[in-house]
Amino acid sequence: MAIIEIEGLAKSYRIYQKQEGLLASVRGLFRRKYRDVEAVRGIDLTVESGEFVAFLGPNGAGKTTTLKLLSGVISPSAGTARVMGFTPWKRENAYRRRFALVMGQKNQLWWDLPAQESFRLHQQIYCIEPAQFDRRLDELVDLLTVRNLLAQPVRELSLGERMKMELIAALLHSPEVLFLDEPTIGLDVVAQHNIQSFLRFYQQQRKMTVLLTSHYMKDVAALCRRVVIIAGGMIMYDGSLSGIIDRFSGHKVITLVFPGEKPPGDLSRFGEIVEEQGPKVKLKVDRNGIGGALSTILAKHTVEDVSVEDPPLEEVIAEMFSLATEQVKGREPRPQLA
Amino acid sequence: MSLPANYAPGFEAGDHSLARPNRLRIWATVLRISIEERLVYRGDFALGTLMRFLPLLTQVFMWSAIFYAVRRADGASTIAGFTYEEMIAYYLLTQVSRAFSSMPGLASMIALQIRNGEIKKYLIQPVDLIGFLLLGRIAHKLVYYVVAAGPFALVFYLCRDYFSGWPDATTMLAFLASLVMAFIMGFFMEATLGLLGFWLLEVSSLLFIYMLFTFFFSGHMFPIDMLDGLPWHLGTIVRAIPLQYLAYFPAAVFLGKIQGADLAWGLGLQLFWTVTFIVLCRVTFNLGVRRYSGYGG
Repeated sequence: MAIIEIEGLAKSYRIYQKQEGLLASVRGLFRRKYRDVEAVRGIDLTVESGEFVAFLGPNGAGKTTTLKLLSGVISPSAGTARVMGFTPWKRENAYRRRFALVMGQKNQLWWDLPAQESFRLHQQIYCIEPAQFDRRLDELVDLLTVRNLLAQPVRELSLGERMKMELIAALLHSPEVLFLDEPTIGLDVVAQHNIQSFLRFYQQQRKMTVLLTSHYMKDVAALCRRVVIIAGGMIMYDGSLSGIIDRFSGHKVITLVFPGEKPPGDLSRFGEIVEEQGPKVKLKVDRNGIGGALSTILAKHTVEDVSVEDPPLEEVIAEMFSLATEQVKGREPRPQLA
Repeated sequence: MSLPANYAPGFEAGDHSLARPNRLRIWATVLRISIEERLVYRGDFALGTLMRFLPLLTQVFMWSAIFYAVRRADGASTIAGFTYEEMIAYYLLTQVSRAFSSMPGLASMIALQIRNGEIKKYLIQPVDLIGFLLLGRIAHKLVYYVVAAGPFALVFYLCRDYFSGWPDATTMLAFLASLVMAFIMGFFMEATLGLLGFWLLEVSSLLFIYMLFTFFFSGHMFPIDMLDGLPWHLGTIVRAIPLQYLAYFPAAVFLGKIQGADLAWGLGLQLFWTVTFIVLCRVTFNLGVRRYSGYGG
């Protein structure tokens, strides 16, 4: 059953272009240059109930804007979205009681009070039955091992601890849909890992639908089977993480180890030499030419070891991002005087 | 990660056979938490409260000087219908009015939250931002009254000779009603100013103008009766705009300067302005949210 249905969703912002310098600032008082920035350019997406979907994309790609639209913080310029049958930007309480948004860079808890006070407040505003509240809080506090921190003012918690509290606050009302906007940003490796395992476990138990944006490949690899890549406000890819490589990487990497001190000198005609270390060479070879290249090399030279690998995922995605950004740049409307 | 001992298996998401929202309990909780939050800043609070009493002294000196000068020049013992004693009593009473109607930091806080995106949390959660802020402000005020009650009582006791006894029950009731409305009106006026941050992003200059006007034309500094007879019908204009209900009106009511039909009419007008600002604030909020683009990541 589809729980999120998005059709032709678009959002553009009008941004004041301030020129450099004092004179330009004064001129800006009377005559302003505006630029329309299309943060999201008509995306279509369907998410099934219980899916864990990652939004990947460079900064400014439109990931956060999409989450803001889906959580009803902003209204779109065009298109429709239904989440659990609700139109998010109508902000009905019935909808707001059934989803949660956690932002890695924003604090939703009361800064000067212990987290448990914020939780109490959530119990009231989300109308959680006392028994249910106690049970869920107990469970979450144990899973995230923060019981001893409940009475400490939020401002005195570390970033990782605060993030755990943010998650608890978001999950107390047992949302069916959870939006996570870079939940592990700025966290150390251990804290990142803790949050990841918690999210994976909890999502599996509760069968929540989760949409996650993140810059960390590790988050995505650990959590999501489905990856949606957004760049320049458009969906560039929607599928599995491993599928990205098949689809977007035109080459593989052959690692060869030759006997003796140095590799033969004619290797560059098979592909780009990415790395050379003593007798070990890494060659970037066109996907279609792998067979030919290997048989020629093996026929001509003695080889001690050989392996063929996909290029690292990060690299493929980075390449794809820059490609997408280039494409979008070509279509950017010129600044207009308004 | 392992299951906690008390983990109850089963699909729980979607279990939304929720109790109906109990507004009273929500409000009580917000109020309680807001009070707790206010109490965190006890140092700043105590100091701020005490500092407010210092200007009282300078004002008393200033009015004695003015009355002395006027008497020596014209032999008059009243200014705009106020005797020296009444003037001091009036000034002390405007301090009470302002303790209800002034909203330190409210507008700038709202504008800041709009600018840095913190306001998002109120749009996501099933709460009403304005109601939330109002309860926060009530908490703020309650804590303030508890702290300030002592010093206020002391000042009034020391200055008891400036007053001609307690007003009658009707006047007292009208005074209390005008104070409560002064609080509500002050809140919604400043909240509206803060919500203009949806359009302006920075409201500090606007606030400065508002503060300046309030200071002179609400009666905070001197009774607005003194403006009667000034050029450009200044007195008439100031009486027509609602600022007087923030300071002058409650004080004048207590002193018995406004009575009978005038009193009923005045309270009616204050109610009208209060409702007007409540509506204005709502409308501004709804328009603002529609315009909002969720700044700040």
